[in-house]
Amino acid sequence: MRYARHIALQEVGESGQQKLLNAKVLVIGAGGLGCPVLQYLTAAGVGTIGILDGDTVDESNLQRQVLYTTTDIGRLKVEVAKERLNALNPDVSITIYPKNLVAENALAIIEEYDLVIDGTDNFLTRYLVNDACVKLSKPFVYGAIHKFEGQVSVFNFNGGPTYRCLFPEEPSQSQIPNCAEAGVLGVLPGVIGTLQATEAIKIILGIGEPLSGKLKLTNLLSNSEETISFSRNEEQVSKALQIELIDSYSNESCAISANVNPAELAQWITDNRAINVLDVREAHEKPKLNHPNVISIPLGQVPSHATEIPVDQPLVVICQHGIRSQHAIEFMKQYKFPNKLINLEGGMAAFHQHTSIL
Amino acid sequence: MKLNVKYFGMIAEWAGFEEGQLDFVGVSVADLRNQIEKQIPDLNSTSYQVSVNHTIATDETIIALGDDIAILPPFAGG
Repeated sequence: MRYARHIALQEVGESGQQKLLNAKVLVIGAGGLGCPVLQYLTAAGVGTIGILDGDTVDESNLQRQVLYTTTDIGRLKVEVAKERLNALNPDVSITIYPKNLVAENALAIIEEYDLVIDGTDNFLTRYLVNDACVKLSKPFVYGAIHKFEGQVSVFNFNGGPTYRCLFPEEPSQSQIPNCAEAGVLGVLPGVIGTLQATEAIKIILGIGEPLSGKLKLTNLLSNSEETISFSRNEEQVSKALQIELIDSYSNESCAISANVNPAELAQWITDNRAINVLDVREAHEKPKLNHPNVISIPLGQVPSHATEIPVDQPLVVICQHGIRSQHAIEFMKQYKFPNKLINLEGGMAAFHQHTSIL
Repeated sequence: MKLNVKYFGMIAEWAGFEEGQLDFVGVSVADLRNQIEKQIPDLNSTSYQVSVNHTIATDETIIALGDDIAILPPFAGG
């Protein structure tokens, strides 16, 4: 009996377990927070789970993103997660979205679910999650981390306050952390994500007191915990209801996507997305990328020719395998390149492989 | 008046401590913001909330002796 220990709880019982099996939860971000959320919701038998994340597994993720293993490096997180979670509990139906949440897809995806978990890693997407959930009247469980500290809350639940009610002031572009990620204690997202899963299960079961109108603060170093109350602010709710979901959330913020995979780049080119491309390979290297805004500067000459690189649009940096382009990005970050820097994962070798199988 | 103030996240790093006594010279949360933004100039470039006695306050909230103050930034990380 898979759910015997749940059913034995008076607060859950057969009927509560059935509520879990009937529930539909969307987990946005399959990173540090998303991993434990997904594991516990799957183990609990939440019947339908959506996983949205456009990233691939990077070696530096493995210190905290416990669904993934060394052999998964380079694979799409959502695909690996689905495999692991199917093995954990075949009762759960898992839908994967190998993409980032953007203004254009947010409403259509979120609409399919009863409850949303925000496990994203940048402010722009967090405000997008809020605004889409407010428009669709979906509750969402917020979790966010910084080094040794975490925040958890439940927003837009039964007419309760929203993310904008707590933090009305959207951080300016200069506040958005750059791609050089700050350090984080590996177990921190485990603790905070597990709290998010707990809140989700309480909401589905209708038991206990969800953190609606309350921000729970946890500091793992000092072992201090605090809960701060806040109220619904109708002005901020109206703002979310009225705001048009357009590109203002600018999805390819480097915080969420320092990388683009070949499939995404191919889509961007098809969509005529506004980007510039910097090719840092030597002149003889092929295949070339067929795009009107390509500028070629071999890596060794990037420092002396940096002023020739256009800054008016996000810059996708490419090379043969995605290594030299990463070096070029590191250099340009040091020189405070004023736009987003996006690395083509796997380089033109992977891109060519992808486009040739289309 | 002496106030006990807790700082969270990056604001604690800028302040150099997580909890400290502040010799508050104003009346409201708006005054408090002005005062700490002078002491911690990085606050001018960020958005943060002030809680008084474990409740998010508005700029108009009046601060009294013995109130428990916290300075809270949003976190982006996930």
